[in-house]
Amino acid sequence: MTDNSPRLPQGGRIDRSRVLRFTFNDRAYQGFEGDTLASALLANGVHLIGRSFKYHRPRGVFSAGVEEPGALVELEGDDASGNRPVTTVRLTDGLVARSVNCWPSPKFDLGAATQLVARMLPAGFYYKTFMWPDWRIFEPAIRRAAGMAGAPAKPPETGRFETRNAHTDVLVAGAGPAGLMAAYVAAKAGARVLLADDRAEPGGSLLDRRLTVNGGPAGDWAATLWADLAEMSEVTVLRDTTVWAYREHNLLILNQRNPDRPGLIERTWRVRAKQTVLATGATERMMVFPGNDRPGVMLASGVQAYLNRYAVRPGKRAVILTNNDSAYQAAADMGAAGIELAAIIDTREAVSDACREQVPGVEIWAGAHVVDTLGRQRLTGVVTSQITTPIPCDLLAVSGGWSPNVHLHSQARGTLRWDPDSVAFVPEATVQPSHSAGAANGQLTLPEALASGAAQGVAAAEAAGFTPNPPPLPAAEEAPYTVEPFWAPPKMKPGAKAFVDLQNDVTAADIALALREGYDSVEHVKRYTTGGMGLDQGKTGNVNIIGLVAHAQGRAVGDVGTTTFRSPYTPVSFGSLAGQREGSVVLPYRHTPLTDWNHAQGAFMYEAGARWRRPGYFPRDGETFQETVNREALAVREGVGVYDGSPLGTFELKGRDTDRFLDLIYTNTFSTLKDGAGRYGIMLSEDGLILDDGVSFRLGQSRWLMSTSTGHADAVHHHMERLRRYDRPDWHVQVTNVTSQWANATVCGPKARDVMQALGTDLDLSREALPFMHLAEGMVAGLLARVIRVSFTGEISFEINVRPRDLPTLWERILEAGAPFGIQPVGSEANHVLRVEKGFLSLGHEVDGTVDPFDLGMGWIVSKKKPDFIGKRAMEIRRSAGGPRWELVGLLPEDVQDSIPEGAPLTPDGAKVPSEGFVSACVFSVVHNRWVALGLLQDGRARIGHGAHVRLRDRVIGVQVVAPCFHDPDGERLRG
Amino acid sequence: MITCPFCGPRSETEFTYAGPEMGRRPADASGGSDEEWAEALTVPPNPVGPVVEHWRHGKGCGAWVTITRDTRTHEVLEPGDDG
Repeated sequence: MTDNSPRLPQGGRIDRSRVLRFTFNDRAYQGFEGDTLASALLANGVHLIGRSFKYHRPRGVFSAGVEEPGALVELEGDDASGNRPVTTVRLTDGLVARSVNCWPSPKFDLGAATQLVARMLPAGFYYKTFMWPDWRIFEPAIRRAAGMAGAPAKPPETGRFETRNAHTDVLVAGAGPAGLMAAYVAAKAGARVLLADDRAEPGGSLLDRRLTVNGGPAGDWAATLWADLAEMSEVTVLRDTTVWAYREHNLLILNQRNPDRPGLIERTWRVRAKQTVLATGATERMMVFPGNDRPGVMLASGVQAYLNRYAVRPGKRAVILTNNDSAYQAAADMGAAGIELAAIIDTREAVSDACREQVPGVEIWAGAHVVDTLGRQRLTGVVTSQITTPIPCDLLAVSGGWSPNVHLHSQARGTLRWDPDSVAFVPEATVQPSHSAGAANGQLTLPEALASGAAQGVAAAEAAGFTPNPPPLPAAEEAPYTVEPFWAPPKMKPGAKAFVDLQNDVTAADIALALREGYDSVEHVKRYTTGGMGLDQGKTGNVNIIGLVAHAQGRAVGDVGTTTFRSPYTPVSFGSLAGQREGSVVLPYRHTPLTDWNHAQGAFMYEAGARWRRPGYFPRDGETFQETVNREALAVREGVGVYDGSPLGTFELKGRDTDRFLDLIYTNTFSTLKDGAGRYGIMLSEDGLILDDGVSFRLGQSRWLMSTSTGHADAVHHHMERLRRYDRPDWHVQVTNVTSQWANATVCGPKARDVMQALGTDLDLSREALPFMHLAEGMVAGLLARVIRVSFTGEISFEINVRPRDLPTLWERILEAGAPFGIQPVGSEANHVLRVEKGFLSLGHEVDGTVDPFDLGMGWIVSKKKPDFIGKRAMEIRRSAGGPRWELVGLLPEDVQDSIPEGAPLTPDGAKVPSEGFVSACVFSVVHNRWVALGLLQDGRARIGHGAHVRLRDRVIGVQVVAPCFHDPDGERLRG
Repeated sequence: MITCPFCGPRSETEFTYAGPEMGRRPADASGGSDEEWAEALTVPPNPVGPVVEHWRHGKGCGAWVTITRDTRTHEVLEPGDDG
């Protein structure tokens, strides 16, 4: 390494024995283990990282941490991901990164031409220009032009994500000096402690600076304490782990990167903590002045971190711009690392001796500021307010003061207070059991942070029920911190680009424009200008925006207030949010005992309500989809078919008040039914609209079997439980969900009874002995069974209910016995055709939460005798109000070969006007050899025999309105 | 966190919300004016502050629990005992 190399010959927390190769914009570079992509690029002299969002201005590395606003890259290969700040990408061997927002390269960016029209893109430009109804025309082009990196084309090919739940007495966020002290004190008191830190190494800011604790390097002290904590049995320490959300009831969400388990990419922790200590540190603010975005302008703390942590010198000749004392420590570190200090520009009129003593011999210009910067793709000089001659330099270290990281405190709804002394928002009151400590609480110097951490560790441990005995504080020293506000230079040229948000290209002029246009609340300023949005959420610039607003309005900064701090604190990958829930386990499927058989038959499987996997149809070689469905449907109409009805919701109801309970929840009367008899019924919600339809059979005195639609089984269960518990608590009714306790095969079709006889049964299944809507228990095909005569197809049906384990046997025997009759297994598609032909309802199709039984032409099912049932009063109120209703009708397309998409609107004369109904289902009828449909149509029953029109985007379909039943309207066949 | 009368404090994700306490459904639903019925149906209690409401431990033991929750903070002020 020569003196000219940005990499310092020694020092830093990198492992120089481990060289890592990486590629940036197709060029090969080398770095060391312990580098970030940012430090490795800077070590290779690469300062231009990408282009900015709106103006495509050159952007370099601005910071060394999660606050990075400008230097975003896209990662390729195994780590493919977009919009990654270079400062948070850990360097790995073989890493491939690429700039965002520039094409073909950051040095020659075609999009930079937009700088020429920059004045045409003021704040609120999109709102003013691209409004409804034409937004959809502009949107794709704007998204392309203004977007950042695209999403990766594929999910990671190897590895997985997981979620873990944990409980702890004290969760400590941040392992800087305050967090380590707090964790140590609480752990020594015997509390269960979980300590999480978002960096690869514990120590927080101590790693970035040259401070001592107990006479030794502060970083060593941190490492030792961390190791001690890791040894303790009740302590969990997590590095590379960000506490990104603080939810209600002290639920915190953590994102752990690089967990020590092969194949695991990231882990989410959901931690319930009795108490929390928020030791999340502070973030240095930017300074607002023209040209403050040029590569080479960097936070002073960032420069310090590159020098001390990564042994990288980000420049050779530096100017420092500050409004506070902390930059002098950074300046001293720069001098020690061999950076020539051209001048320190301090916006304050008076600079303390304590500051001056840290940088002997360096020129300090008090009461000055920067008015412009020079250079194109890299800083070459700065112009100050004091002399017109620019100061040549390649590094401008800026420090606008420090903002405590109050994000978690605020997410937990803690309040903030503006502290004029430290020129910062600091935590005021907490709502949840949390304790802010150290810099996050405004205690910015090391001795204060250590004391604060210990004190809050004591407070948290005590509140969690322990008796801490705090150890003596470690010895540490640091000069006091003072700061004076400086929000922007007093006069700036029109058109000067003084940025307040480097990521979204928001300037001080944009803030002024928003205020002029009346957006005078800080929340509105944020939305109008986009200042403080994006990946970094304005960590370095938000307070400057608030300061500018306060300055312009002549208000106190505390009165302007902050925008809302929302989770996540830093971006979180979708993978870690999903955890294990990917692929087939996003929501686990439910299977009937026939799933294996269905797969073996080559059935086309899909979900059909409530996560049940069901066969849609059973294709044969050479058949089209429609041919398959027609074949299955025709088998039921003319011969015999069998389907698996197991997913239907099934409940057993017991108790002496069950009869009247059923009369309360159904619109019709059930209590009069005899043993073994059942009835179709409709349940309403209390709002008088249909909740579900189904059948219930009396099994004996006060004992009933209820079936519900598959998709609404859980809702019906909840409905019944709520009624039972809160509305009729004195009634004796027990509801047991037996959906999975019974499985069934339903044999249906004109030859169903023949198949039943062939199967062998001790039951008399004649029309007289077991009429429609009755059940009987006995042996079928050698299996204990409950046979129920219901029909969802319109043909004679025998629903054979058996124990789930017996269903595969029963199924095989049915197919065997039915073979001579040409039996066909029937899937959901054919079932749909059969029910539409019959005009049977389907929840989610005709019954969409807006209809009552009268709308469906089923007034007969509403008892006129019963004084009350759920929904009666509301339905009566609604109907007495009169007015047209959408009613169920059948629809026949004029062209018999024309199908109508489900959901298509019906409009008067097919005009482009509000709809008067919609098509709820359309199937090819095997009975009529044509397409038939059901729909809801305004005053539909009165319009039977007339025409109506379906309006599609590109054409109008004429339809004939008919009665909503296309097959056997009297129901002779199903009773047979 | 909601305290189930049988299972103790459990994550709220195990519970199903069943709305605010609305009073018991009258034995005779024909009483009162239509306006009162419609009002009771369509304007459930929705205060900024404490509200009494029902939850069911549906992904647990199935027990019902009545709690008083502050809608501003989600703090459970009174865990109910629904036995």
